[in-house]
Amino acid sequence: MDVLQLLLSGLANGCVYGLVALGFVLIYKATEAVNFAQGDFMMLGAYVMVGLVNPEYLGLNFWLAVPLALLILGALGYLLDLTVIRFMFGQSQTAVVILTIALGYVIRFVAGLIWGHEPVNLHSPLALGDVRMGGVVLSLADIAVIVVTLLMTLFLFQFFQRTKLGLAMQASSQNQMAAYYMGIPVRRVQGAVWALAGVVACVAGILYASKGTLAISAGFIGIKAFAAAVIGGFGSLPGALMGGIIVGVIEPFAARYLPTGYSQIAPYALLILVLVFRPHGLFAQVRVKKV
Amino acid sequence: MRFHFKTSYDQDIRLFPDWWNFSLYAALLLLLLVMPWLIDDFYLGEVTNVLIWSVAGLGLMILTGQTGLVSLGHSAFMALGCYLTVNFMDAGLPFLVAFLLAGVVTGVVGALVALPALKLHGVYLSIFTLALAILADDIIVILDHWTGGVNGIFAPEIWIFGFEINRWAMPASWYYLALGTALFVTLIYRNLLRAPLGRAFAAVRDSEISAQAMGVDVARTKTLAFGFSCAFAGMGGALMGLFAGAFNNETFNFLLAIQLLMMIIIGGLGFIHGAFLGAIVIAFLPQLLAIGTDSLGINSVPGLETGVFGMILIAFILFEPMGLYGRWLKIRTWLELFPFARRDMFRRQKTYLKTERLR
Amino acid sequence: MSLLTLENVTLKFGGVTAVNNLSMSVNEGEVFALVGPNGAGKSTVFNMISRFYTPVRGSIAFDGRDLLACRPSQVPGLGIARTFQNIELFERATVLQNLLVGRHRHRKTTLIEEMLFIGRTREQERQHRHAVEEVIDFLDLQAYRDKMIAGLPYGVRKVVELARALATKPRLLLLDEPASGLSVEETQDMRWWIDDIRRQMGVTVLMVEHDMGLVSKVCDRVLALADGAKLAEGTPAEVQAHPAVIEAYLGTAAISKTANAKGERV
Repeated sequence: MDVLQLLLSGLANGCVYGLVALGFVLIYKATEAVNFAQGDFMMLGAYVMVGLVNPEYLGLNFWLAVPLALLILGALGYLLDLTVIRFMFGQSQTAVVILTIALGYVIRFVAGLIWGHEPVNLHSPLALGDVRMGGVVLSLADIAVIVVTLLMTLFLFQFFQRTKLGLAMQASSQNQMAAYYMGIPVRRVQGAVWALAGVVACVAGILYASKGTLAISAGFIGIKAFAAAVIGGFGSLPGALMGGIIVGVIEPFAARYLPTGYSQIAPYALLILVLVFRPHGLFAQVRVKKV
Repeated sequence: MRFHFKTSYDQDIRLFPDWWNFSLYAALLLLLLVMPWLIDDFYLGEVTNVLIWSVAGLGLMILTGQTGLVSLGHSAFMALGCYLTVNFMDAGLPFLVAFLLAGVVTGVVGALVALPALKLHGVYLSIFTLALAILADDIIVILDHWTGGVNGIFAPEIWIFGFEINRWAMPASWYYLALGTALFVTLIYRNLLRAPLGRAFAAVRDSEISAQAMGVDVARTKTLAFGFSCAFAGMGGALMGLFAGAFNNETFNFLLAIQLLMMIIIGGLGFIHGAFLGAIVIAFLPQLLAIGTDSLGINSVPGLETGVFGMILIAFILFEPMGLYGRWLKIRTWLELFPFARRDMFRRQKTYLKTERLR
Repeated sequence: MSLLTLENVTLKFGGVTAVNNLSMSVNEGEVFALVGPNGAGKSTVFNMISRFYTPVRGSIAFDGRDLLACRPSQVPGLGIARTFQNIELFERATVLQNLLVGRHRHRKTTLIEEMLFIGRTREQERQHRHAVEEVIDFLDLQAYRDKMIAGLPYGVRKVVELARALATKPRLLLLDEPASGLSVEETQDMRWWIDDIRRQMGVTVLMVEHDMGLVSKVCDRVLALADGAKLAEGTPAEVQAHPAVIEAYLGTAAISKTANAKGERV
């Protein structure tokens, strides 16, 4: 039962990593850009929620605030693309990576200005209960995380495969010029992708903040989520989730069974192993084509 | 406009293409040598800081700017150089030997670490190095017998040939140590640039395929790039930790690596001057911001430095990707060619994205 | 005397056979052309010789040595140089620096020597500079010596690409579509340079080319490829008149509208 408890709470954490990783992979699949600020988006989403729901700010009803927060983050994502990312059209992938790293710094700074640097708790109904099943304890928030993550992954997977917009996104990431020729409004599609990534980050943020205390440094979860995305294979949505779950599950087991200090290194050691032996992740998406 | 009328191959090979160029740098060197008599102790300390950042920056520059391998993990090598130096000194070696040996060992470790990463490209290499930097933080804590773990180490006394290098008793001593190291590293860098290996670095950066077709052993070149880069970074890290007086794993966390990368981009990627210019920005930004907030009457704003640093970097990436030195080159070219400078001389070719996932 | 020999070489990408049981040999001192429609596998052959790809069957021998045992960066050391169809120059370097990279296989300095610029380094640099200057003279690139590749027009880049390959002092030069994108005058220049390369420098040339005019003026022998397999081999006139070649290029209806022996349209 001990193992099961570790497994389940690891699973819940892993789903948060997975959600943030989904955001990474979303942007990568559609624009081949890597958004190092995705974790900070998540943090921002959580703080926006705090700003809407907590009594010291606007004090709105939680369930009313959710769509509002999603809308705000989606709009922010779109605006970001409109004002900053579009100028990077045609520049190297590395430049975009560095840009998003700097963006993360700026987001953290602005969030600190608005909400301060003290840790804060989101007044979330999900934080209020526990469920006990057969000797295992899971908080409502944990269950919500797992359920929402699975639903989101399914939704996004179908979105990319079936809908026109999803296919347009895939097309513009595989060959921009050809996408242009086919009449795809590549820049607007890109804006939509960033908006979607913002929304996904917001969901992750709300769930994260329901599970525990929130601070500006929450954005650094992005790095673990990043490791998760790489482990799962950067172009694969289900892979991102799997990667997240793997990282999330490894952590509590490493903390329990490895000497102190070693548990921290588990996800990153795994990341390095994957990079060296299977650089395209455990669920690779690279195929060789005739040149 | 200055024309270089060349009469011998040596003019291409020399470090300074002509007398004008040579006298400019000679004057700069003279200025640097007499600096302790020109400015007060506080600013001397700041300039020392600039020089130390430059050494680390040159390390990252030779890897990222010259060979095109983006590393987000150089804080790990800076830490390694620092801890090695102190441990060698504890083992009884004099400072200079310990310092240089630590640099060499860090370089070798860097080269070894590069071996599994040779086939990683682009973002994957960056992630690999970032993972290294994060691991380094934890490894330092685990190896606390040698590193002092979370408590850290106090910098030991430094004596070179009977002179003490002491930041508080004689700031000029630290200044000359940093200056000497910076000059040494710059000299090696410039020598490499005018030798086949430096050209191989640039070849690997610009086109790995044709570099191979020209006989450049890409694996060896990348390994050597890592070697030199980590050696320089190790030396920079040693100076940084020792200058600070005390250091622990926090001093060398991955944010340092990211700052280093941001710094050399602001300075100008691919240029030696870029490392120095970037170092000036990163060292003096806190001062400027302090003056700014004071004059506006605002109390200290937490995170202001890094936030503003991020904004500066974004501005550079969007409007001047060649950095400060790049902007200077454009201005100089415009002045030299006046009035014949063409408006789009430095315009980048627009490229359309083509996926890397189908090869 | 055969310098380069391919025997029964086959290469597949997944389910697609790019090169199908190809055998050919290039003799020392000749100018040999590979022609064929797009997708015939010509550049793939080059990429195999450069060792970027490894054939699943067959052998490639250069001057009696098994080329398949070499890594790509060892190929120039044997004396094979190549140009690329989509110019792969080092954009952020000057023409001179690009050419100096061509001298990489001739370097004799050690790491320490280079790092401290001691010993043979300076003398070696002078020699490299001198050797590169000969190539610059040969191809009239003096005006562009210190210019960055990034600012140069296409025609000049093509010439620099050729210069860089020549700087390696090869025995066999692989030219991948040397005339593509060039104007009539530039193609004329290229024709005379290839001639000079063969006569003055004694370099064997293997080229992929679509411009049949250039091919018939400068090549000794031609091999026509289609779908990865040999269609015809012989002198330019023979190959151009070969019915299978005409069919592959122009279709069966065009057999009556052949080009004459000089490669000019009738």
